[in-house]
Amino acid sequence: MGAVKKPDCDCGAACPEGQCDPGRLQMMPLYKATDTDQPCCGAPAGPPAGMDERPGYAICRFVDGFISTPAGKVPRIKTALARPDHLGTLGARMGFARKDYKVAPGLYAVGDPDGDSPVLVTANYKLSFDHLRRHLFGMNTWILVLDTCGINVWCAAGKGTFGTGEVVDRVQAVRLDKVVNHRRLILPQLGAPGVSASMVRRASGFEVIWGPVRAQDLPLFLQAGYKADGAMRCVTFSMKERMVLVPVEFYLVGKPILWMCAAIFILSGLGRHLFSISAAVERGWIAGVVSAVGIVVGCAAVPLLLPWIPGRAFALKGGLLGLVASAGVVIAMSSGTHMRLWPAVALVLFATAVSSYIAMNFTGTTPFTSPSGVEKEMRVAIPIQLSAVVAAAGIWVGAAF
Amino acid sequence: MKKIRYLGNVTTLALDADACVGCGMCILVCPHAVFAMDQCKVRIGDRDGCMECGACAGNCPTGALSVTPGVGCAAYIIQTWIKGREKASCGGAGCC
Repeated sequence: MGAVKKPDCDCGAACPEGQCDPGRLQMMPLYKATDTDQPCCGAPAGPPAGMDERPGYAICRFVDGFISTPAGKVPRIKTALARPDHLGTLGARMGFARKDYKVAPGLYAVGDPDGDSPVLVTANYKLSFDHLRRHLFGMNTWILVLDTCGINVWCAAGKGTFGTGEVVDRVQAVRLDKVVNHRRLILPQLGAPGVSASMVRRASGFEVIWGPVRAQDLPLFLQAGYKADGAMRCVTFSMKERMVLVPVEFYLVGKPILWMCAAIFILSGLGRHLFSISAAVERGWIAGVVSAVGIVVGCAAVPLLLPWIPGRAFALKGGLLGLVASAGVVIAMSSGTHMRLWPAVALVLFATAVSSYIAMNFTGTTPFTSPSGVEKEMRVAIPIQLSAVVAAAGIWVGAAF
Repeated sequence: MKKIRYLGNVTTLALDADACVGCGMCILVCPHAVFAMDQCKVRIGDRDGCMECGACAGNCPTGALSVTPGVGCAAYIIQTWIKGREKASCGGAGCC
């Protein structure tokens, strides 16, 4: 028997016992790729699938690995934003990619956290998630992402999706009590409208600690032993904070502008000959330019100049600035064209109303307007804005006869 | 934030000083520093700074604070006028 030699044993179970070197058998691939197996065309093959890949799932680009916990594997995320994150931020800030911009709710890890590391809670709007993680460089923490349907913390808290029930459910769903030894959650302060700290404690056993308003203050807050000073507890509305909101303002008025253009075209064409396309183009063009002034004032100038425009009601601020700007433009235009007084008045009226209405809608974007106040100003402003639009349309059409 | 102020004398915020136990939770959660501590009780120091977010009332352990919370957003309020408070939504095509 000993004389039988099988030099190339790749027959697996068919080998008589004791004749194959088990180590050698394991080393031997069932099918050995040779140089001639290289694809004849196309790019060279990428690396083989990683051990964390699952059929039907994709590993997010912001994940750089998985760490094992008693409650299962937890994705570890990067604290630096990459190009896709910046593009996503741009899309969300421009408005067109703002909906459904979210991450999966659940537990994430930053750095190398252990059972004593703090747990930071946030919303699953990707902008919120990105904003939080980029301020956690060099830290070891857990991040618990709630399902807020892709809405930021403060708005979700106002709607109740960043709420007591979701905090309690998510803590249980990720089995947080198995992951950490302590019983503390750090929630952003702006989550407070939706979350009752005492109810979370009763239902989950976890104490809610109100963190600072801004993620950038988190490192200091943690260093200071969960203490936030007065400035960390207050919202601000700086020039920079107002500036990033302007693109969305333009995006939101996009569709109404199309209707407005159609209405201007039709009204400008009406005249003695019932409807004249040349009049619609000629007069409509002027009306369009002045209306655009109202839109730009409402969408951009009012947000940017907010603290310096007289008045407190947004409709008033928008109206004042719209009046000044559109009157200026009409006067400048009238020197080149032969615009008469009444059509000019109609255009200024309309642009003022547009600017006032858009500015009034900016209330929802600011962090300091109360619903009682907004409703109060709307009850006064909307009838005036409507009257101005009707009067402007009447004068504009009347002037053509 | 003191620089930019909204309409005054409109907030629905109310404090029942007798029920206040002075825990200071409202001071912690208010994003506009509306409250101040007076010895062992809280007082409303800057009423017109209130934006009615509801954080204080929801976290007051004794129910000493009350406010009608809501979203200070014209687009949302127009929807509540048209569709009613239940069906109105914020976020769809509108604001936040």
